[in-house]
Amino acid sequence: MADTVVDARGLQCPMPIIKLSQAIMAASPGQTVELISTDKGSCTDVPAWAADMGHPLKEQFEVDGEFHFIIERA
Amino acid sequence: MTMPDLAPVEEPTSTEPEPEREKMVLIAASGDLDKAWPVLILATTGAAYGMDVTVFFTFWGLAILKRPDAGISGDDWRQKLLSVFNRGTPENLGLSKLNFAGLGPKMMKDLADKHRVASVQELLELAQQMGVKLWPCQMTMDLMGLSRDDLIDGLADPAGAGAAIAEMKQASISLFV
Repeated sequence: MADTVVDARGLQCPMPIIKLSQAIMAASPGQTVELISTDKGSCTDVPAWAADMGHPLKEQFEVDGEFHFIIERA
Repeated sequence: MTMPDLAPVEEPTSTEPEPEREKMVLIAASGDLDKAWPVLILATTGAAYGMDVTVFFTFWGLAILKRPDAGISGDDWRQKLLSVFNRGTPENLGLSKLNFAGLGPKMMKDLADKHRVASVQELLELAQQMGVKLWPCQMTMDLMGLSRDDLIDGLADPAGAGAAIAEMKQASISLFV
């Protein structure tokens, strides 16, 4: 279970990334944030953002058409 | 939709200088809804990447920054006429194609609402919250008879091409939209 959950279901680009970035900024190093999104673009956007920002993407999975990403604050 | 709350800004805990942030510069020269939208999507996403983002608004792009109550502006009759036919504000922007006297943008905004795409107005406010610098172009303000009072609050001081080039020279991303 992640320390923070960001529910971005129903929101479109760029809002999932915006909300994720705000949650990561608010987290302490080592804490995890789980993003839940229904925007298919998140599947490419979130890994790209996490890699560029240097925050490890620990897990990525899909449940019933919802995309989950667990990211650790570097 | 409601605007997300901004994450609290962390206070620097040491005296070390902050690492230089990468810069992104966008030139918003169009007052079309279908150009203003991607400009603000890229600006807010750039800010989400921790970039130092500046949007320079020039020519028709200034319409995006107009206040809803700006009214008729300018001294010259041509400037006044322009302010009547180019009312501006994110609410009144038209589409570059299929505008159909305002029916096109109405349909586009209804669709965006249905699909929960953030509006230009929401993205503009979000950009300001995220620290995106919004620069109106002084020369086009003068040309069109717009004063600082005709534009929304929270903008950087009007600047010119020289300042824009100085920013772009240091930026890793510069786009003219």
